[in-house]
Amino acid sequence: MSNILVIAEVSEGELKRATLTCIGFARQAAERTGGTVQALVVGKGVGAHAETLAKYVSTVHVADDGAFEKPLAETYAKAIAAAAESAGAHVVCMAATAHGKDVMPRAAALLQAGMASDIVGFGKDGMQLQRPIQAGNVIATVELTTEVKVVTTRPTEFEAATESEAAGEVKALTVDVGTPKTTFVAFDKVASERPELGDASVVVSGGRGLKESGNFPALIEPLADKLNAAIGASRAVVDAGWVPNDMQVGQTGKVVAPNLYIAVGISGAIQHVAGMKGSKTIVAINKDPEAPIFAIADYGLVEDLFKVVPELTEKI
Amino acid sequence: MKILVTVKRVTDYERKAKITPDGSALVTEGMNFVPNPFDEIAVEEALRLAKTHGGEVVVVSIGPKDAVQQIRQALAMGANRGILVEAEDVDPDGVARILQKIIADEAPNLVVMGKQDTDNDANQVGQLLAGYLDWPQATFASKKEGLDSDQEKKQVPGVVIEGEKATVIREVDGGLETLQVSLPAIVTTDLRLNHPRFASLPGIMKAKKKEVKELGVDAIGVDVSPKVRILEYKEPAERQAGVTVSDVDQLLEKLKNEAKVL
Ligand SMILES: Cc1cc2nc3c(=O)[nH]c(=O)nc-3n(C[C@H](O)[C@H](O)[C@H](O)COP(=O)(O)OP(=O)(O)OC[C@H]3O[C@@H](n4cnc5c(N)ncnc54)[C@H](O)[C@@H]3O)c2cc1C
Ligand SMILES: Nc1ncnc2c1ncn2[C@@H]1O[C@H](COP(=O)(O)O)[C@@H](O)[C@H]1O
Repeated sequence: MSNILVIAEVSEGELKRATLTCIGFARQAAERTGGTVQALVVGKGVGAHAETLAKYVSTVHVADDGAFEKPLAETYAKAIAAAAESAGAHVVCMAATAHGKDVMPRAAALLQAGMASDIVGFGKDGMQLQRPIQAGNVIATVELTTEVKVVTTRPTEFEAATESEAAGEVKALTVDVGTPKTTFVAFDKVASERPELGDASVVVSGGRGLKESGNFPALIEPLADKLNAAIGASRAVVDAGWVPNDMQVGQTGKVVAPNLYIAVGISGAIQHVAGMKGSKTIVAINKDPEAPIFAIADYGLVEDLFKVVPELTEKI
Repeated sequence: MKILVTVKRVTDYERKAKITPDGSALVTEGMNFVPNPFDEIAVEEALRLAKTHGGEVVVVSIGPKDAVQQIRQALAMGANRGILVEAEDVDPDGVARILQKIIADEAPNLVVMGKQDTDNDANQVGQLLAGYLDWPQATFASKKEGLDSDQEKKQVPGVVIEGEKATVIREVDGGLETLQVSLPAIVTTDLRLNHPRFASLPGIMKAKKKEVKELGVDAIGVDVSPKVRILEYKEPAERQAGVTVSDVDQLLEKLKNEAKVL
C-alpha cells in the first residue's frame, strides 16, 4: 500500500483553509504515484472536523483525546507517526504553517523519513519536488530517498481542494502519547477582525518608511479597512514592536500571494520579497526611485507616503 | 549548567545566490560567509543563560574546515569552546544525527539552535533532533518584552529556567504561545528573542586561544548519505518589470481597468 496522508490543522476550533491546499497538493501527488488520499485530524472534540474532511478524502483518521487539547509537537508527532502506519502512507504532508513547521520534522524523525520543507511544486517525474531556497532566489528540485517521505507544502502555491463525490470513512486512531515532557501554559492571541494574512485577497504592508508606530493606525489601517485587506509588515517594523510578530511577511515570516499587495515605505530587501513576490498585482509606494521594491512592482508610485496614502484611501 | 549551541556557516544574507551553468551546484566562489543569523541569536541566548545560571557554552558546527571561522566568531562573543565536525553538504537529517551523537557525549542540559538556516531554509534540524532524542522542543522562541525594552538592554534571557524546567514564549500563527518543557530540551530561536552582541576586541583575542576540537564524520560513526537528494537548481520565474505611475489617480485607473483588482 502506498497512500498519501494529509495532516489537518485545527486552530481555535476551526479547520484551517491551508489544510485544503495541502489536500490539493496530495491529489496531484496521487495522480503521479497512485494510492489514495487520506487525512488525519488530531485534537479534542474534533469529530465534526473529521466529518468535514471526509468530504475531501477517502479515509479520515481521528485521534480525538484530551491529551491532544493543545497542539504540542511532542504528542502530535506521535499521532502522525501512528496514523502514517495505519494509513500505509508513503507521503505524509501538512501545510507549512507555524504548527506544520514545528511538528512535521519531529514526525519525520519518528518515521525515519526524509523531509522536504515548503514545497511549491513538482519536478518532472514521480515525487520529484520543488522548493525555494536562498531567500527564494533559487528553486531546488529534490528527491527523498526514504520509503516514507515527509513534506510541508506552501499554502499559496496549491489550489484549495474541492469536495469529492463520495464521502470517505472516518476511523478512530488510538495513540500512546506516554508522559509528555511539554506543558502548555498560555496562548496570547492577537485579536483581529481582519482577514487572515495568509488567506486575504488584498494585503497592505507597511515598513520603516512609516517612521513611527502611530502611523500604522493612522495610515495603514484606514487603507486596509477600505479594501477589506489584511495587514502585513516588514521585519524592521516588527522588530521595532510597532505591530505583532505574526504580521511579518518574508523569508522568515509569512508567505502571502494575494490578488493585490500594496507595499508602503518598504525598501524591498530580498528577505521581504521572498514572502510576497507571488502576489498577482504588486503596488509599491516609496519616495526613493532606486528602492529595489520597484524592480518587482507592477505599479510604482515614487512619492512621499504621508502625502499619497491618505489620498489613495480617500479616493478608493 | 551546560548549554550546547549550533552554528552553521552560511552565505552572507545580502548576497544573491548564483547557480553554476549546468544547474548542478551553487557558486561559492567570491561569496562571503557568516554565522547563520538565527544562530547568533542562539549564541546570545545561551550566553545570557550561562551568565544567569552559571555554566558553560559549547558551540558545534558541521561543515567545511573553514567553518572554524564561524565557531571562532561565537567564541569571540563569549562561548567557552567549540567542536567542528568536518563534513560537506550534509542534509538536515544527517546534521541532526551527528548532533545526537555529540549530545550523547557532551550531555548538555539545554540545546539552543536557530529556527532556520538562511541558505537552505529547511527549518528542520532542531525538531528532528528533538524527535531522535525524545526530548521536548520549544521552537521559534521569542519574548513578550520588545527588543527596545529594559529587559533587553539588561541582557536578561528570554528563556526562563527554574529548576529542571524551562519556560519559553513562542512565535506561532495568530499570537504568542507559552510552553514549559522539562530539561534537557531543544530550543530554537526566532528573530525577536534578542539582539546578539558584537564581539569585542578582547573577545576576539581570547577566542583565538579557546579550544576547538575537530572531528571527522567517520570518527563519529554516522552515515550521512542524503535522505534529501538535490537533483537540480534553477532560477525562479522572474516577474515582469512594471511601470511607474505619476499620481494616485493614475494608480487607481490602472488598478481598476488594467489589473482589474479593484
Ligand atoms: C535572518 C534575516 C531574516 C530576515 N527576514 C525578513 C523577513 O522575513 N521579512 C522582512 O521584511 N525582512 C526580513 N529581514 C530584514 C530585511 O533584510 C530588511 O532589513 C527589512 O525588510 C527592511 O525593512 P523595511 O523595508 O521596512 O526598511 P528599510 O529597508 O529601512 O526601508 C524603508 C523604506 O521606506 C522608504 N521611505 C522612507 N520614508 C518614506 C516616505 N516618507 N515616503 C515613502 N517612502 C519612504 C525608504 O526609501 C526605504 O526604501 C531579514 C533579515 C535577516 C538578516
Ligand atoms: N551544518 C550545520 N552545523 C551546525 N548547525 C546546523 C547545521 N545545519 C543546521 N544547523 C542548525 O539547525 C538550525 C536549523 O537549520 P535548518 O533546519 O537547516 O534550517 C540552524 O539554525 C542551526 O542552528
